[in-house]
Amino acid sequence: MTLPQAHAPILEDGTDAAAAVGGGDDARVRGEARDEAAVTVVDPIARDAGAADGLPERRFSAARLFARGRRPSWALLVAVAVIVIAVLWAVVPWLFTSYDPIVGVPAEKLLPPSAAHWFGTDAIGRDLYARVVYGAIHSLSGALIAVTVGLAAGTVIGVLAGSIGGWLDDVLMRLVDVLLSIPGLLLMLSVIILLGFGTVNAAIAVGVVSIASFARLSRSEVVRVRRTDYVEAAFGSGGTFAAVLGRHVLPNSLTAVVGLAALQFGSAILAISTLGFLGYGAPPPTPEWGLLIAEGRNYVATAWWLTTLPGLVVLVVVLSANRISQSIGRGTR
Amino acid sequence: MSVLDVQGLRVSYDSRAGRREVVHGVDVSVGEGAVVALVGESGSGKSTTAHALIGLLPEGGRVDGGSIALGGVDITGWSQQRLRAVRGAQVGLVPQDPVSSLDPVRPIGVQVGEVLRLHGVRSAAVRRARVLELLERVGLDDPALRARQYPHELSGGMRQRVLIATAIALRPRLIIADEPTSALDVTVQRRILDLIDDLRREEGTSVLLVTHDLGVAADRAQRIVVLNQGRVVEQGPSAGILSSPADVYTRQLLADAPALAVGDFRRPAPALFLRDAAAAAAENPYVIVADGLVKEFAVHGRGREPFRAVDDVSFQVRRGTTHALVGESGSGKTTTARLVTRFLQPDAGRIELVGSSGELADIGGLRGEGLRRLRRRIQLVYQNPFSSLDPRQNVAQIVAEPLHNFREGTRAERSARAAELLDRVALPADLLERTPRELSGGQRQRVAIARALAIRPDVVVLDEAVSALDVTVQARILELLESLQQELGLTYLFISHDLAVVRRISHTVSVMRRGRVVEAGSTEDIFTSPAHEYTRELLAAVPGRSEVAA
Repeated sequence: MTLPQAHAPILEDGTDAAAAVGGGDDARVRGEARDEAAVTVVDPIARDAGAADGLPERRFSAARLFARGRRPSWALLVAVAVIVIAVLWAVVPWLFTSYDPIVGVPAEKLLPPSAAHWFGTDAIGRDLYARVVYGAIHSLSGALIAVTVGLAAGTVIGVLAGSIGGWLDDVLMRLVDVLLSIPGLLLMLSVIILLGFGTVNAAIAVGVVSIASFARLSRSEVVRVRRTDYVEAAFGSGGTFAAVLGRHVLPNSLTAVVGLAALQFGSAILAISTLGFLGYGAPPPTPEWGLLIAEGRNYVATAWWLTTLPGLVVLVVVLSANRISQSIGRGTR
Repeated sequence: MSVLDVQGLRVSYDSRAGRREVVHGVDVSVGEGAVVALVGESGSGKSTTAHALIGLLPEGGRVDGGSIALGGVDITGWSQQRLRAVRGAQVGLVPQDPVSSLDPVRPIGVQVGEVLRLHGVRSAAVRRARVLELLERVGLDDPALRARQYPHELSGGMRQRVLIATAIALRPRLIIADEPTSALDVTVQRRILDLIDDLRREEGTSVLLVTHDLGVAADRAQRIVVLNQGRVVEQGPSAGILSSPADVYTRQLLADAPALAVGDFRRPAPALFLRDAAAAAAENPYVIVADGLVKEFAVHGRGREPFRAVDDVSFQVRRGTTHALVGESGSGKTTTARLVTRFLQPDAGRIELVGSSGELADIGGLRGEGLRRLRRRIQLVYQNPFSSLDPRQNVAQIVAEPLHNFREGTRAERSARAAELLDRVALPADLLERTPRELSGGQRQRVAIARALAIRPDVVVLDEAVSALDVTVQARILELLESLQQELGLTYLFISHDLAVVRRISHTVSVMRRGRVVEAGSTEDIFTSPAHEYTRELLAAVPGRSEVAA
């Protein structure tokens, strides 16, 4: 293992600093610093596997998602691009289409996709592409609310159960078991019936269903991290329970949970669309994605684009969220 | 004729910056029935060389040049398919880690039989008979039972025997043993090496022994090949290399190998008490006094006796000295360390630690805030520097954490102290901003030591703190510990299975076996005139000692 050029300054600095303190032990301390600098490379496993000399990149930067591997994964690039476009649709929809999503031109009803109407038009002459673009805000904000509810409540339950343990762990996890044992759709519909119809309520219902999986995952991660040497060492250096939890346990256990959040974001879009399709979500004429597909199903035989194209948009966005989640998950290993 | 002849072997790995050569022209040859040791530190290319011989390089690895001849047949550049006929039949491999090298869900017998099946033994009855014969050959009792057992039911040493049985199943002419005993206790290590020796003698098999331990190489090999940074720096007959090493690196390795060191014993310095008798009288010379410690763990299953991990253990440690607890795995030494640092609560007995006033006080019953305050006085350094540092913190945060916990000083003072501590453990200041992942094992252990020293404890408990390190790094860390002890007056409780290291660092020793102290005394007494049979057995098992004695 040759000494990487970039480390030459370390060697000199280290030697000087050590010599300054070493006093009588000059020569020996000097030797120590040199020995250590010579092996400053990468961790031995990576080194044995032939990793490059020099510093490994930092673990959790956003840039690393693309920097890993020998070439950036094109699938990941496409996935990120899709999510960025969907978010832009939600934030500045008017930049993407000049048509109005609500008011149609009756003369132009049920036109197939063309250069003028990319996704065709619906039964009352509204541009379907415009409706999909303007619908993004409903689906994405709904998914965001759902994930926030699930992440916040689920993580709190999971962290409490995992870090305190004992009877609290048993009680909370049995509650989670109950939640998991009820079919998701049934639970969602029950929550909506309690809360009332509407986009936000549908989103909360979706979020409630995901609490259980967030709680399960965060508990298992917290339990794993709690058993590590560095957490014990933190207690050993006089850390209080709260300090160790905040400083070591949470930061090290939440990466996987963030990965699950990205995954849930995709499935929340799907679940909200399902609720919209069933008529429990936003009322017409709101251009919500699930509602769009539901409205189009009467015309499946004559106007395929009314169901197929919004359906494809949902599919692509969900797949992209899953792909991003996958690479976050990989980053934790 | 030699069984293995390697000329100018060059191996490179794929990396982001292009291909990087890690083995630069290595020549090794192994004669008929000979043991040749490939010695070097991690990263020296010794394992890469061994794996390249049979085409088992990890992904991204490639043999770029040189020739490999096996029994006169040049196998350089053979396809994986052709090499498959060689592996097992001509060359057996004993892997490093007996824990992860066996399939946990299949019985031992099936796994040993697999190599026979792959090489064309079709009859199940023949295979079974041969498997039992092999298991018996490697010294496992009741082979029929063992063949039905799963890896988790066997001890580390037994698993390594199973792996050896697999390696010798087809009577290969050469066995490549890649650190076969690094994960094992010293007495088990000796038995495994004896077994490999027996097999070599009786079957005439040649052995290529890959090891970082010069003591093992000295004991077992006729020839030693010293590798450093992918190059052979020296090779020759073992005795020659040990008595007159020609290369600087070899000399360094020899000087650092604890097993081969013949330095003076450390004696508890009486100077403190002679110098000032009044001070000595006022001050209790003992810093830790453990008396009749007991710790039991409940065993699952109704009506079973609880397992007594620590059974009536007593010892005393004088201020400014090092006391070692020595034993094999399962001897209760780590449990004792955890009782002393109060990560565990003793079931019986007293642990007394010197308090700020200089009086001994019982710490066995401390809880809550009292326990937290105890951490100011006693600190633990862990065995594995790869798991004891939070991967998300940088070095400055890690080192300053104890100060943070005890709200000592302002933020600026804490970071100044962190920089000072890093200096203390001879690490360059620009490591402060790095994360543990960017450091080598030795550097990480230095950071862990710096963290332990941050709140100026009286006692540092070192739980196998140098066992996971390369021999040269280990020697540097031991030197650091000694100089810290002299300058700061620290008291160490040193937990280790490695007698050679213990001999070097400790003043007094307790030898533990099955939760009990079987012998205690000054290091010199224990090493020169061991009274207990078990101590003698441990001492005899230390590799390299016979050579030194001769």
